Amino acid sequence: METIVFALLNGVIYGLLLFMLSSGLTLIFSMMGVLNFAHASFYMLGAYFAFTISGSTTFWIALFVAPVLVGLVGAVVERYGLRKVHANGHVAELLFTFGLAYLIEEIVKIVYGKTAVDYRIPDLLNFPAFTIYGASFPAYRIFMLFIAIGMLIGLWYLLKKTRAGLIIQAALTHPHMVGHLGHNVPLIFMTVFGIGCAMAGLAGVIAGNIFVTDPAMAVQMGPIVFVVVVVGGIGSLEGAFLASLLIGLIQNFAVGINASFAEIFWFTGLSPTSEIGDITISSLAPVMPFLLLVLMLIFRPRGLMGEQEL
Amino acid sequence: MSIKTAALAAAVSAVAVTAAQAEIKMAFIDPLSGPFGPSGEAAYTSYLLEAERINEAGGVNGEMIELTGYDNKVNPKESLVQLQKAIDSGARYIFQGNGSSVAAAIIDAVNKHNKRNPGDEVLFFNYAAVTPAFTNESCSFWHFRFDAHADMKMAAITDYIRSQDDIKKVYLIGQDYIFGQAVAAAAESQLTEKRPDIEIVGNELHPLGKVKDFTPYIQKIISSGADAVITGNWGADMQLLMKAAAESGSDIPYMTFYGGSLGAVSALGEGAMDLLYQVSEGITNLEASDEQYELIETYKERFPEYDYYYHRAHVAMRMFKEAAEKAGSVDPIAVAYALEGMVHQDAYGPVTMRAEDHQAQQNLYISTVSDDVKYGVDNIELGWKVVEGGEIDASVAEQPTTCEMERPEKP
Amino acid sequence: MSDATQNHADLAPSTGAKFRQRTLPILIFVAIILAIPMTDPSRTMLTLIHQMAINIVFALAYNMLLGKGGMLSFGHAVYFGLGGYFCMHVMNWIEEGSGIWGSYPTFFLPVMGFVAGGLAAAVIGSFSCRRAGTTFAMISLGVAELVFSGAFMFDSLFGGEQGINGDRMNGPEVFGLSMGPMQDIYWFMAFWTVVGIVAMYAFTRTPLGRLSEATRDNPQRVQFIGYNPTRVRWLVFTISGAFAGLAGGMSAVNYEIFTPEALSLIPSGFVLIMAYVGGITYFAGPIMGAILLTYMSSMMSDFTEAWLLYLGLMFVIIVMYAPRGIAGIVFGFWDGLRGAQSGEFLKRTLIQLAGCLLMLLGLIVLVEVSIRWSNGWGEVFEPYGMHFGHDSILTWIVIVVPIVAGAAILRYLGREKEEMPA
Repeated sequence: METIVFALLNGVIYGLLLFMLSSGLTLIFSMMGVLNFAHASFYMLGAYFAFTISGSTTFWIALFVAPVLVGLVGAVVERYGLRKVHANGHVAELLFTFGLAYLIEEIVKIVYGKTAVDYRIPDLLNFPAFTIYGASFPAYRIFMLFIAIGMLIGLWYLLKKTRAGLIIQAALTHPHMVGHLGHNVPLIFMTVFGIGCAMAGLAGVIAGNIFVTDPAMAVQMGPIVFVVVVVGGIGSLEGAFLASLLIGLIQNFAVGINASFAEIFWFTGLSPTSEIGDITISSLAPVMPFLLLVLMLIFRPRGLMGEQEL
Repeated sequence: MSIKTAALAAAVSAVAVTAAQAEIKMAFIDPLSGPFGPSGEAAYTSYLLEAERINEAGGVNGEMIELTGYDNKVNPKESLVQLQKAIDSGARYIFQGNGSSVAAAIIDAVNKHNKRNPGDEVLFFNYAAVTPAFTNESCSFWHFRFDAHADMKMAAITDYIRSQDDIKKVYLIGQDYIFGQAVAAAAESQLTEKRPDIEIVGNELHPLGKVKDFTPYIQKIISSGADAVITGNWGADMQLLMKAAAESGSDIPYMTFYGGSLGAVSALGEGAMDLLYQVSEGITNLEASDEQYELIETYKERFPEYDYYYHRAHVAMRMFKEAAEKAGSVDPIAVAYALEGMVHQDAYGPVTMRAEDHQAQQNLYISTVSDDVKYGVDNIELGWKVVEGGEIDASVAEQPTTCEMERPEKP
Repeated sequence: MSDATQNHADLAPSTGAKFRQRTLPILIFVAIILAIPMTDPSRTMLTLIHQMAINIVFALAYNMLLGKGGMLSFGHAVYFGLGGYFCMHVMNWIEEGSGIWGSYPTFFLPVMGFVAGGLAAAVIGSFSCRRAGTTFAMISLGVAELVFSGAFMFDSLFGGEQGINGDRMNGPEVFGLSMGPMQDIYWFMAFWTVVGIVAMYAFTRTPLGRLSEATRDNPQRVQFIGYNPTRVRWLVFTISGAFAGLAGGMSAVNYEIFTPEALSLIPSGFVLIMAYVGGITYFAGPIMGAILLTYMSSMMSDFTEAWLLYLGLMFVIIVMYAPRGIAGIVFGFWDGLRGAQSGEFLKRTLIQLAGCLLMLLGLIVLVEVSIRWSNGWGEVFEPYGMHFGHDSILTWIVIVVPIVAGAAILRYLGREKEEMPA
């Protein structure tokens, strides 16, 4: 029972964090058709910016300022980098972001040093919210939950209920038509890219202190975000949301399952001491998302909620 | 001389200035860039400082040491390219430590090189790759290890646990590959032998470097009712594990191999106190001579980004010097024979280079994080302090060996 | 349109052009290979050349996918690695002399790599090649992660972290090569590199090679004329995997060790960079990329700690400003020289080059000063006896002035070009 409760709680929080990262990527992907390899680097920038700002002011200012700064960096990258490369096709765009991820990591190393920085949870939230089954549940995780839900609602409102959101949605599918109607499509693209990066930055701000803020954090987070976007389906925020939760829950539940292959496939007579029989479900937990990705692409290439195939 | 070595030599001026005399070339092959760069550099700086001090004191048999760093990017194949570069530039002594895969590749390559190029032998001084096999079934005359291997470290941890009567249940967690599996196996067998009443309530292996959030693992540990956790995790896996543990408010001690690695304490902050334990061959806050304190302070002043951590790097250099002086030569074979069985009196107790398997035997210390210390780490107030009953004598940690060494002819 | 060629024979290149474009480069390459041992290279040089040879074959195999087939893969090291691993096992069987393996010469190990890499690619490709584009790229990423993680779980196949090692000096000798000393390995490398290059070039001339380009450009039309694009992709993928396995076999013999890192995303990313930097639209592009990047990755770390930053910068600049890679620059320069206004072109190129060099100078000083400041070891960047402290005004002048001047020159040239009538 306690395993289930914990797996649910952690799974939802981790899933929402993944959604914060992947929602921006999904927006950018459906807009430009390009997987932004540097997206996790913006997540890292968010954490580092928040570390600097909260060092000289407070965490609460950093919470608002750092994502805005990250968004500005993103907008500049779009305006002076991606837009130039656009003419050379999707592969070139993808490779540009691939190289950019390299560059951001090296620059971060020069500016902040090669080791982890001491980015702490604010004292105000540094207390256990409640204790269940002997383990205390930190208040900061509850805070993360609220931020993620808040962002989810904000994004939904922006896209579905405002005029700007309507134009963005139209520009995603019919950029030429929107351009003919007199809207500045490149500006819309730049804004969306900036907002997407800002959301990744926000994820970095609230996750950097609960995990570790070091130059490797982008590389660690990078691949899994792609999995979310692809599994969720291209251009579908709802899909990204479902996929994030799904992956968060799968990973957390798998950790709790100690059964080995020999026990699951007992009918095949697999020996528990053989190399295959010895593998337990919990040891596979971190690779589950990639398994899901490959299976999904083979059997349902448009993802959970996607409208079109990749 | 390349720009990089020149620049480093500028920092360690004595090396370059006195390099006009006969030189002993040494090569340091470890990551100096990329994600593992810091752990390589932390050791490299220790070697540089010790080389400088030896040169200032007149060198080895009057010859100066010239140490060059080679960046292997923790990749076994790249290491072999760098090894070849080092050997070609005249280096006869190789230092390496990060990654057992790299060490295995270098041992194999050095064996082959020495067999195929007699008269041009090189020695490999391993300061951190702890797979027991290197001084057991795959031992080599050309390889010397200055760090305690995994089973010895585990012996120190289990010996400490033996004296702690309130520990009844132990949880094992590690990375799912040869090293993590070896740690788990050693813990299991040693605990059953030393404390048969202890119950091992969990034996968890997770893929290397893939877990982002360890909270579910911590909850599994807490609900198992464990009184202590043993882990061989390193790098991000260690830091994330400890962060999740500190955050869950757990007060179970974590006995680690690599808790002292760079940035771990600062990542945890005060949460690390009485939670994070490590086993090592010496810590800065041990009672020591003024000379040792002076070395620690000089190191910190010179390399503020790092802490004095790789004491064994200094030991390795000093033992090389003693051996070369004893042999009256810097020829690798002569030095290797002189090193065999040598006892070196060091700051934290004697270090013996066991002749049968070239494994250094030294005292080990179990320490935990405290705010009442002489030297902090990671530029914060917290530092390592030996726990009660945490001084493990070299004889306790000593492990038998299965090594059957082939030796070349004595010069 | 009356001038349109009526006779197909007129469209074919002349014998002279054929010789210049096809035979000559290979002859030059062979001549270089034969000339290298005469310069009595050091063992370091040989080590580097061997690494280059492996990377040339690997990058060419990769470009078969990316350049010719239009399939972007993030996991091609999987086939390189599986081929290499299989060769390591064969090497150990040769040493044990078990079964027929006892009489298999080590020299022909890459053939085994070819077979293993091809088989692995055929199996994985059977589901990953159903779609091109981003789907294919994502599947390749997922498969690479899975294979890499799996490698740590099956120690008997992959040897865990320490990998599998062997001794190449076993089995029967061929061509009088004992395979022990580096000079013997040089001939081994030379042989297989030439075989690899010639075979892969020949492949581009086959109907399948042509079809793969057609499938890249327009899969629908390929389908209309009666070919199955999925099948074409799968065949190309299999052959590309086989050649990657060949490179893996060369690597197995050279290093006598294979570790799971060889399967990871890092070498997969590296081969992508090699091919792209070299220029994926030219057959010779990946060869240039492999030579340059192998050199950079092994030797540049001796000169500067920030070599990864330079590598990243170079990659981004090439993607942004020279999408046809180094080969594009080289051949573009060559064509310009042979063009009508060669004098004007040379002048322009030289000014452009000066602008680039100025910017590079400022950038290098900036990077080198920054990393020393960041390390905090009190080192100072002192090239050629000069002294650049991070707090001296001179340093910042040396950084800012060349960058601004270089940027201005390049901008001026860019404007001029726009104004020029086309």
